[in-house]
Amino acid sequence: MPAESIQLALTPATQYLLRIGDSCLILAQRVSEWCGHAPILEEDIAMSNIALDLIGQARAVLTLAGQVEGGGHDEDQLAFLRNERDYFNVTLAELPRGDFAFSVLRNTMIATWLKLLWERVSVESSHEELRAIAAKAVKEVRYHQQHSADWVVRLGDGTDESRTRMERAIKQLWRYAPELFDTDAADEAAADAGWGPRWSALQDDWYAQMREVLAEARLAEPAPSQFLSEGKRGRHSEHMGFILADMQYLQRAFPAGAW
Amino acid sequence: MHAADLAQEARVSAAWKVLHTVLDPEVPAVSVCDLGIVRDVVAGEAGLEIVLTPTYSGCPATEVIESDVLAAIDAAGLGPARVSLRRAPAWTTDWISAEGRRKLAQYGIAPPGMVDKDAAVPIRFFGRSMNIATPACPRCGSAQTERLSAFGATACKALYRCLACREPFEHFKPI
Repeated sequence: MPAESIQLALTPATQYLLRIGDSCLILAQRVSEWCGHAPILEEDIAMSNIALDLIGQARAVLTLAGQVEGGGHDEDQLAFLRNERDYFNVTLAELPRGDFAFSVLRNTMIATWLKLLWERVSVESSHEELRAIAAKAVKEVRYHQQHSADWVVRLGDGTDESRTRMERAIKQLWRYAPELFDTDAADEAAADAGWGPRWSALQDDWYAQMREVLAEARLAEPAPSQFLSEGKRGRHSEHMGFILADMQYLQRAFPAGAW
Repeated sequence: MHAADLAQEARVSAAWKVLHTVLDPEVPAVSVCDLGIVRDVVAGEAGLEIVLTPTYSGCPATEVIESDVLAAIDAAGLGPARVSLRRAPAWTTDWISAEGRRKLAQYGIAPPGMVDKDAAVPIRFFGRSMNIATPACPRCGSAQTERLSAFGATACKALYRCLACREPFEHFKPI
């Protein structure tokens, strides 16, 4: 018998946590696709290490989300037994890995966002466990940010080929940025309850830091996008189903399988 | 002090002694105490509680360390014991003891410098011409070293090379 999907009793707090935890989880899955495929060995190791840190952060946040949700779901059930609409990662995290320029730019965008988020959560959240998770995670993601931004500059200010690819990556990815700062009722309610900042509060710092990276890379900052993706509301791109099929197959086929 | 308290106190200090012999599974030159992972040992009604603080969120060694610690306590006859994880304050390489740093260097791993709290800038280049302080070579002591790879064989390390003796070496990243 294949494993059945779990049903969540969704509250703003649970959704706030799942938006963060799922973004870490799904990005980790995408980043780990570089294992064995990165252009040089050092970057193969870098991508795998970044994915590992993100998986660790996802585990901690999903465990906490399960406790807050109160349905007795653990990190594995949350990671493997939800249907697509019950994942709340930002769409940016789920896009196929693209070429190396695409991946390092995405990593820079998400690491910068996570850094700002974890920094704020680590001091502002009234929830002790989440503050502790954030204080650990911020040390990891700022290293990811530095490493990934370094590559954006190298490629952007590199050869004609690398620059062309980085310009293309910006064109493809920039439109997914507004979702990182979009505020809705769940975000407001969770922020009011002291879980962490409203995501909209991160916007100015994020654009300022990304602008610094783009300027160093001699890349033009695109106009802000009017498009608003909605992965954080459970409405995903067409790529999400495929990534879940990869991730969930084993647990669905062999329920409760452990190693 | 009551005799029972003295017995508990002796049990805790015996446990610390044992924990100093439990090596990190990924850097088997230093003990979990040298690394600052063991935060506390508490004797209670139900036995010993060993309080650990994990290093990296995704460090795969965490679970191995938990079971190694319990096995060592058991083998020394100090059980029953259990491990609890304390996330806050977050682990930092500043907690690695002087002895731990000495052992790391002896093992060929350049120990971390103190954490630079201002280093959280978005871009930090490690180009050849950049004037960023690099760790001294743990083999020949030369300060002329360069970074080869930002990440290493484990989450906690990066890869460097000595420009004097030409040997590659690992560096424990300060976090």
